[in-house]
Amino acid sequence: MCETCGCLATQVQDTETVDVLSRLLEANDRTAAHNRHHFDGHGVVAFNIMSSPGAGKTALLEATIDAFKADFRIAVIEGDLETDNDARRIRARGVPAVQITTGSACHLDARMVHEALHELPLSQFDIVFIENVGNLVCPASFDLGQHRNVVLLSAAEGDDKPAKYPVMFRAADLVLLSKMDLAPLLDDFDAARAEQAIRALANAAPVIPLSARKRLNLEPWQAWLRGEIEKIRATQAAAHDAHEAHYEHHHHPAVA
Amino acid sequence: MHELSICQALILRVEDIARERSGKVRRVCLGIGPLSGVEPRLLEDAYPLACAGTCAEGSQLAIEPINIRVRCRSCGAESEAAPNRLLCAACGDWRTDLLSGDELLLLRVELETQDDLTELANV
Repeated sequence: MCETCGCLATQVQDTETVDVLSRLLEANDRTAAHNRHHFDGHGVVAFNIMSSPGAGKTALLEATIDAFKADFRIAVIEGDLETDNDARRIRARGVPAVQITTGSACHLDARMVHEALHELPLSQFDIVFIENVGNLVCPASFDLGQHRNVVLLSAAEGDDKPAKYPVMFRAADLVLLSKMDLAPLLDDFDAARAEQAIRALANAAPVIPLSARKRLNLEPWQAWLRGEIEKIRATQAAAHDAHEAHYEHHHHPAVA
Repeated sequence: MHELSICQALILRVEDIARERSGKVRRVCLGIGPLSGVEPRLLEDAYPLACAGTCAEGSQLAIEPINIRVRCRSCGAESEAAPNRLLCAACGDWRTDLLSGDELLLLRVELETQDDLTELANV
């Protein structure tokens, strides 16, 4: 019987449980896959550079641009809460930079990178560096479509940071111990302890100490970059060949 | 604080499900591992804000924690681990694979559906 007026009409309230079991960031992951597809389609290799604020991401990119500019066509996507200071530093090196100002957002997501890609004619580049917002927490959760994650840990931050921010350092394909020229002045930074903390996260990523400002020990980092670019390009070429073989008899325009 | 943007993505998904089944959202169940990078308590704080003005307004958020488990590559043992110490509990080797603990999943949505049983009552 109806509870409101006592009439004979009855409404039964049912509870329906819908099992979903999907990733919460499914939409971001889809856009990231789309970005990766864009990169791969143009033979572009994308690196996501992450660290806390002030660990030296921009200085690393400046030094890398100087060393790589003759061999590779480079573009940079800059993520910052405010200002385009970093993008201006990159452009001063003769390389195009797209600035994403996130406002209060603490990380880049795949959609922001996708919008930035509209401003970059990918066919004109070999490498895209994405300089993420300085933050050791949030950026780790968002795939952008990059091929590799590079995480910087500066000497002044302390060697226990990997233990404090396991999600970020677990995601690293390479860890750079930056500003190592300062290490002798600090009594609490030990490169071996930092590496140990990264291994405790079951991460086998190479750990390279360097100083971008003082141009110290940049060779291993550059060798790693060249090696990864080669590997990623080989994968892209293989995928391209498989695709071509599949569509051998179809003439279709290249997807922009 | 990326928990709010994660909540907003969640609500979009939940709204789709509620629309499909024309129901009112009563409870949303998530599964979250400590290595997902999401803080359950912050997610709980952000949830009512993200729900406001949507068909999930007033619904309850339930979070089921998921434990970290690793499998050792050298001895094959499976064990529980802490977020910053993913070592094998049996032999201590750091070369392990994560079996669970980095999930960020929408598990279930509980909906209230109104079945009009007027016809039945008239019989």
